[in-house]
Amino acid sequence: MTAAVYAARKKCSTLLISQDLGGQPNATAGIENYMGYQFIEGTELMQKFEEQVKQFAVDVKIGQGDSNLCQISRGFEVRSDGGETYQAKAAIAATGKRPRPLNVPGEEKLRGKGVTYCAICDGPLFADMKVAVIGGGNSALEAASDMVKIASHTYLVSLTPLTGDQILIDNLKNANNLTLFLEHEVLEIKGGNFVEGIRIRDLKSRQGKELEVGGVFVEIGLIPNSEFMKQVVTLNHLGEIEVNCANETGVPGLFAAGDVTNVPEKQIVVAAGEGAKAALQAYRYLQRLSE
Amino acid sequence: MEHQVKVYSTPTCPWCKKTKQFLDENKIPYQNLDVASDKAIRDEMVSKTGQLGVPVVDIDGDILVGFDEKWLRQKLNLPQ
Repeated sequence: MTAAVYAARKKCSTLLISQDLGGQPNATAGIENYMGYQFIEGTELMQKFEEQVKQFAVDVKIGQGDSNLCQISRGFEVRSDGGETYQAKAAIAATGKRPRPLNVPGEEKLRGKGVTYCAICDGPLFADMKVAVIGGGNSALEAASDMVKIASHTYLVSLTPLTGDQILIDNLKNANNLTLFLEHEVLEIKGGNFVEGIRIRDLKSRQGKELEVGGVFVEIGLIPNSEFMKQVVTLNHLGEIEVNCANETGVPGLFAAGDVTNVPEKQIVVAAGEGAKAALQAYRYLQRLSE
Repeated sequence: MEHQVKVYSTPTCPWCKKTKQFLDENKIPYQNLDVASDKAIRDEMVSKTGQLGVPVVDIDGDILVGFDEKWLRQKLNLPQ
């Protein structure tokens, strides 16, 4: 959205195409580190971003994920997952990230039927049930912290020792309805119409165990929404689009910004700044083209 | 044309808030059903959708799970 505003303010003909507006911050309850707001809910901040976009001449196409981007003779063409195509002389990829799946049997079948990637959204639905939170970082610790107040029992299953912030780990120390399974892997999510349990294994002893749960909260990180760029750029080992400090991808006229790139810090304020930089660079590129 | 709109939500769900914001902005009246506070409402939602996730939007019997602005605009006869 920041890139769109900057491009439109430079009087570039600007199209913003996305499945939705806001991305990851929409799934964030509270934000305390975006300057200008001591505390603001993610949806509210993104609503403000959206209102600002509407102040400018930006053509916004929502509900259209990007299925493919390719080079054409005079720039780039994006084909949306609805089959519509759009052409432009320059393009900026700012597609962010999505939750990483576990990739275990049963996960896909039971997605939305007890398997969830949004504890903030769905946590209350599992009141008085036994649940499992998968992961060992901050997201998993925050989900566990929420669920010990709601669920009858919470199992925290992590491949590694806990890697999250100490303050979050300390928050959980007094929970008497929490069991940790560190250095354990999830082998399977089981259930008929809904989740009934998970099968886990101790990485050291190789001993398996079944846990009876009604909900599984998958909090094991994020993956870049970069697949649609594969025809044009080489992604790094994390699936990110590599850019230089000018947000150039190495393909003339193609820029990228935010969490989908190799920018080392994935924060809203960083992503917004990267979007602004990318738009200004795209503008300079278009100026050079017209000279 | 007046639509019968129900939103099944939880108080902490950001996508539920986004759904309700969208409906409010477009002056669409709706019934907000808190699945966290009432098991009967939760069971109603599960019965309608066969799944356990929010938001769920019921517009005249047509069901959406999640937030999808394009779908909402189409069902509510709002400009795309």
